[in-house]
Amino acid sequence: MKEVKCVIWDLDNTLWDGTLLEGDEIKLKPGILDILHTLDSRGILLSIASRNNHNHAMAKLKEFGIDHYFVYPEIGWNAKSHSIAEIQENLNIGMDTLLFIDDQEFEAEEVKSTHPQVTIVLAHEYQQLTSMKRLIPKVITEESRRRRFMFIQDQKRKEDEQSFVGPSGEFLASLNMIFTISTAREEDLLRAEELTIRTNQLNSTGIQYSFDELKKFLHSPQHHLWVCDLSDKYGSYGKIGLALVEVKDNSWHIRLLLMSCRIVSRGVGTVMLSLLMKEAKMEGKLLTAEFLRNERNRQMLMTYKFANFKEKQRVGDKILFENDLTIIQEYPQYIQVVVDGIHYSQEV
Amino acid sequence: MNRTEVYNQIRDFIIKNMEAFNDGEDLADSDNIFEKGFVSSIFAIRLLHFIESKFDIEVSDEMIVLENFSSVDNIANLVKQLKGRNTHAN
Repeated sequence: MKEVKCVIWDLDNTLWDGTLLEGDEIKLKPGILDILHTLDSRGILLSIASRNNHNHAMAKLKEFGIDHYFVYPEIGWNAKSHSIAEIQENLNIGMDTLLFIDDQEFEAEEVKSTHPQVTIVLAHEYQQLTSMKRLIPKVITEESRRRRFMFIQDQKRKEDEQSFVGPSGEFLASLNMIFTISTAREEDLLRAEELTIRTNQLNSTGIQYSFDELKKFLHSPQHHLWVCDLSDKYGSYGKIGLALVEVKDNSWHIRLLLMSCRIVSRGVGTVMLSLLMKEAKMEGKLLTAEFLRNERNRQMLMTYKFANFKEKQRVGDKILFENDLTIIQEYPQYIQVVVDGIHYSQEV
Repeated sequence: MNRTEVYNQIRDFIIKNMEAFNDGEDLADSDNIFEKGFVSSIFAIRLLHFIESKFDIEVSDEMIVLENFSSVDNIANLVKQLKGRNTHAN
């Protein structure tokens, strides 16, 4: 079972006692503040799926001083299954990483029938949330603690993008994106480990590496381990990607390439591959890559194929790619690429 | 859907969704889109979703190769080929 990335709360008689619409006296359930704080500090996102008047409910949350905890709250009159689908789409995380908590069997069943992958917890069990194994991440990093802020920045980005008039290229350029790739240092390894656990869509193998394994690669002369981060005018996305390359006699072999799902819409997966291709070519090496196909990494497969990687061998789900490095895409104009402190820009 | 419609749909999608065509640049059916501008991974997956849902086909891993997507001509050929295969199977 996957770690839970987001807990979606019902409000009436789940987060608080009482029914807001009926004018009850509303009180937070005992211990709720602690639970919210604990989950948030573990990097688990919190959201809401509630049938209520949106403004009224938000005002109540504000009154309790907890409104800031929730990202993409869905408060209105839609079916809960619909609300959950909206939240999932906005967060761009797997259905099987969502947990929904509600006091009504009916709501639980309705969600279950549409999204069988969502974990359901009934409200009377709320105090057990913080001790559930899937809600205790194996790794907690600076990035996980800041996760909520990053999603809030993201919400602002999306709003601005929607209200931006003019070509989307101009919008992308207006973000002042800087994509930085650097040789990993020991302090990056915890986050690197976390990325191998949490990343599915843009992941070339899905193999999880522990801190100690990654540390070995860091000190091995036969390996390069890179981490990348992305920032724009709204702030930093933090460390969002990883590349592990094995150096062979006449080739570089990409053992792992992954990019966080948060930055999928920025198209930087291709930038990372372009970089590896350029570097390998400069070193006079061939470039090969290991790929484990699963039901979730089709986009990564496309990223490789569109970067002109050819299948050299395929055994079951295991693919060996090779690239002769004759066609290498330039970095897009709207993004500045910094490699180990050196700036590359497409500006003329 | 006839041949012209297939071509028009593909051309429209590319022009609307690739940064390189924001300035109203022309796209000939034989133009290599990878030479026209940066093809991002997000554009690639959207293009794939588009042709699969629009033309009701499924593109297998083996068919996902650069050449099959490099121009309007090649994408249209891919669609034709997969459509033909489906009809055959029925």
